[in-house]
Amino acid sequence: MVRVSDVIAEIPGDLLREGFVADLRRHLGDAVEDHVLKPGDDLWVRVATSSWKAAGDAVKAMGFDYFCFLSAIDWMPSPFGKGEDDPTAPPPERDDTIRQGYAGGSTRFQVFARVSSSRHKVGITLKVDVPESMVVDSWIAVYAGANWHEREAHEMFGIGFAGHNDLRNMYLPMEFEGHPLRKDFPLLARMVKPWPGIVDVEPLPGVASDEEDAS
Amino acid sequence: MIASIPYWGASLLRVLGGIVAVLLPAGTIVYLFLFKMMSFMQSRLGPMEAGPYGSMQLFAEVGKFLQKEDLSPDGADKRIFKMAPLIVLASTFLLIAVVPFGPDAWFTNFEAGVFYMLAVSSISVLGILMAGWSSANKYSLLGGLRAAGQLIAYELPMVLAVIGVVIQAESMNLNTIIARQNGDSIFGFSWLGNPYVITQFVGFVVFMIAVQAELTQPPFDMPIAESELVAGYMTEYSGFRFLIFFIAEFATAGVFALIASALFLGGWGVPFQWFGWDNLGEVANWMNFAGPFIMLTKMMLLSFIIMWVRFSYPRFREDQLQRFAWKALIPISLVNIMVTAILKVAF
Amino acid sequence: MTMLGDRQQLAYIAAQAADARVNVELETEGMTLNIGPQHPATHGTLRIIARLDGEQVVWAEPSAGYMHRGYEKLTEVRTFPQVTTLINRIDWLGSFANEVPFILAAEKLMEVEAPPRAQYIRTILFELSRIANVSLFLGDLGVQLGAVTPVFLAFRDREYVLNLIESATGGRFHPNFDRIGGLKDDLPKGFIDETKAVMKKLRTFCDTMEDLLFGNEIFQTRTRGIGVIPKDVALSYGLSGANLRASGVDWDLRRDQSLPMAWNKAEWKVWTHPDGDSFARCWIRLQEVREATKIVDQLIDTMPAGPVMAKVPRIIKVPEGEAWVSTENPLGEMGYYVVSKGDTGPFRVKIRSASFNNVSITPWVLKGVFVPDIITVLASLYFILGDIDR
Repeated sequence: MVRVSDVIAEIPGDLLREGFVADLRRHLGDAVEDHVLKPGDDLWVRVATSSWKAAGDAVKAMGFDYFCFLSAIDWMPSPFGKGEDDPTAPPPERDDTIRQGYAGGSTRFQVFARVSSSRHKVGITLKVDVPESMVVDSWIAVYAGANWHEREAHEMFGIGFAGHNDLRNMYLPMEFEGHPLRKDFPLLARMVKPWPGIVDVEPLPGVASDEEDAS
Repeated sequence: MIASIPYWGASLLRVLGGIVAVLLPAGTIVYLFLFKMMSFMQSRLGPMEAGPYGSMQLFAEVGKFLQKEDLSPDGADKRIFKMAPLIVLASTFLLIAVVPFGPDAWFTNFEAGVFYMLAVSSISVLGILMAGWSSANKYSLLGGLRAAGQLIAYELPMVLAVIGVVIQAESMNLNTIIARQNGDSIFGFSWLGNPYVITQFVGFVVFMIAVQAELTQPPFDMPIAESELVAGYMTEYSGFRFLIFFIAEFATAGVFALIASALFLGGWGVPFQWFGWDNLGEVANWMNFAGPFIMLTKMMLLSFIIMWVRFSYPRFREDQLQRFAWKALIPISLVNIMVTAILKVAF
Repeated sequence: MTMLGDRQQLAYIAAQAADARVNVELETEGMTLNIGPQHPATHGTLRIIARLDGEQVVWAEPSAGYMHRGYEKLTEVRTFPQVTTLINRIDWLGSFANEVPFILAAEKLMEVEAPPRAQYIRTILFELSRIANVSLFLGDLGVQLGAVTPVFLAFRDREYVLNLIESATGGRFHPNFDRIGGLKDDLPKGFIDETKAVMKKLRTFCDTMEDLLFGNEIFQTRTRGIGVIPKDVALSYGLSGANLRASGVDWDLRRDQSLPMAWNKAEWKVWTHPDGDSFARCWIRLQEVREATKIVDQLIDTMPAGPVMAKVPRIIKVPEGEAWVSTENPLGEMGYYVVSKGDTGPFRVKIRSASFNNVSITPWVLKGVFVPDIITVLASLYFILGDIDR
């Protein structure tokens, strides 16, 4: 007996992924705002903020049972550049336009998650815009593994997850102020000593006295 | 010969002999088996620096422990904390009092030697419990409680295993047991004597397992359980007090091995048939000097087995340990007693 | 006067009430035990807070972060080749394997593929780091359970593998050998014969471990049926690697995705186990070491000749885009989500490490187990602190 799912498994990669997009549209309707499909490679889908949890339920119903990870991206370019600025000079002009990546978006922060299907052995990356209120729905009811990932995203980006009742800090102490992975949070090591740093090489004792005599 | 020495001289000899009899096996076991045999089994050399082939390592370790600071935790019950290791060591010394090393070279000649030995070996449980409770440390408390449960549970198989020997020897006096082993014969064949390791093989195995548990050695080392409880009831001890625990552990191993060789392997003697003796009274005087060496050899054999099992096996979980004692060892030793009694009456 | 009287009265009433409470409910409150962060059993600085009722765990919670080094922030100020040095140190026992997914993601964005010889050598070094990592796991497993001997044998045999890695890359623990487009260098002379000899030794080691540890009855009673994780729970928590295959899911990222590596050029088997208990997880890792030795043997024999580095510019600028690559690392699925803006360095790198998900299941799996079983379950889940904390 040939089952539909066996036939689907035989279909080459891009038809499989196009089927996923169609399935998602069927589940979520207009909430599927944009998608990027690289044939044979990967699939990115952006959903509306109000349907984030519904998107999680939808992909779980579609057979994506393996929870890979959940995190966030801050699309603002870092005002500190690479930490290589000369502290004595005025800060250089930098392009600070916020440009999102694949599947677009309109906000500075985006939460993205990846889930995979243990059946088809392919994955899908879902993205969602984080609104001004900095709160999105929690996926903890859909995938139990989202618990720790959401705690880390909250700690690192300051994004709240509605429905997660235990958003303690994962790595940092409870009293830590600020959200380290935001681009406007400076990397302290580079603030203290920009890279490559003022190279202060002490001359060898004999050489120094020679130079002094020469000058 | 003993009668010709004044009483104080005999007592002094006994005390010195007791100390040597406890510390010498401990030292030998630690160096030979713990340092060297374990290392060779694990494909490494062990201590090599202190003295030729690391033979002075033991003295170096003792010296190191002696010069450490006397720490005790703030919340600990100081008096009990300090007493606990001494009690554990005291039980070892009490045990050695009843082990004979020759036909006349004994410390005490109790008629109820076996009874005394089994009773006194439980005193170490008290010391361990005291150590676990007074350390004011949750890990120590867990270790102490586990130890209490384990040691009491494994007392029973030990007692029951020895009863078979007592039935066969018709006496609880250790010297008599040894004499019976060397003087009797197996179905008329007396060249080997009648070492109870052959006729009481089941009892021997049960006794050795119970001894392994009484010493809290792996696979029964839940109370110490290094990967979980750091060091169990010994966690808060350092320096001299830890040294006492350490010595007590290996000294007790040596003493139990001596007792096991007395009960099962024929102790200080060789089969009397070899020299034409008939009973204990006829044994020659030189046996008093050769006896300790023979005893030592048999003790090394048995402690080799104890240590070998120690290095090879992972440890039991507490409830599996208890289940093993109550549901496996005790029924087997009860059956052993029954069979021994029946055969004793029949033959 | 009246105030003092009132206070005294209140104190007396409170004391009476306290007495009454003790008499009525003779409940013993549980003990909260702190395992770690300095503890012989945790593979590093992991802290587990366990509330016990006697010897049974009522509630257990791991508290990670004692080793958080902020890698994701650090990658934002580094160039792509510099990131390799950083991510070496995530899973420091099988360290070459950490570099590979990141390099593959960068190569995917640059649309560059390493030459075949480089792919073979990458795969060989990947499998060697798997062997180094998992053989230490086997030894460590013994120590957690009380058997002190296997760990020495594990370290002894692992030295051979580390010597091999060092002869090829220059570093035992942090090779930093992978480059975008290929490898830093070719293999040294004598590597092939040496590798074959070492693989034989490791197969003997696996057999010894099977006899000494896995065949032991006490080991079996300690691990069978302990910490059972059913298939759907494992998937929803994102367990990966041997942990997932031990719950019956037939999924191996080496076989089930097509990456520019040489795993599909060798014949090897994916092991699964239906039980999902600690024994299954440990047993599967043992088999994986054996399979890894087979892969290395086959690839060493069939390695093609050729260059080890593709043509890439000297200053590497990765075009704009996002890429996700994950591989079957020794600990599980490790992946990198690389966001690039056309710069010399990444814009954002999300490091998906296997141990983070593996340890997150601990509160679920440790409910109701005994204290010794905490150690068994943690040992069988196998995590490295650098992998959890990044």
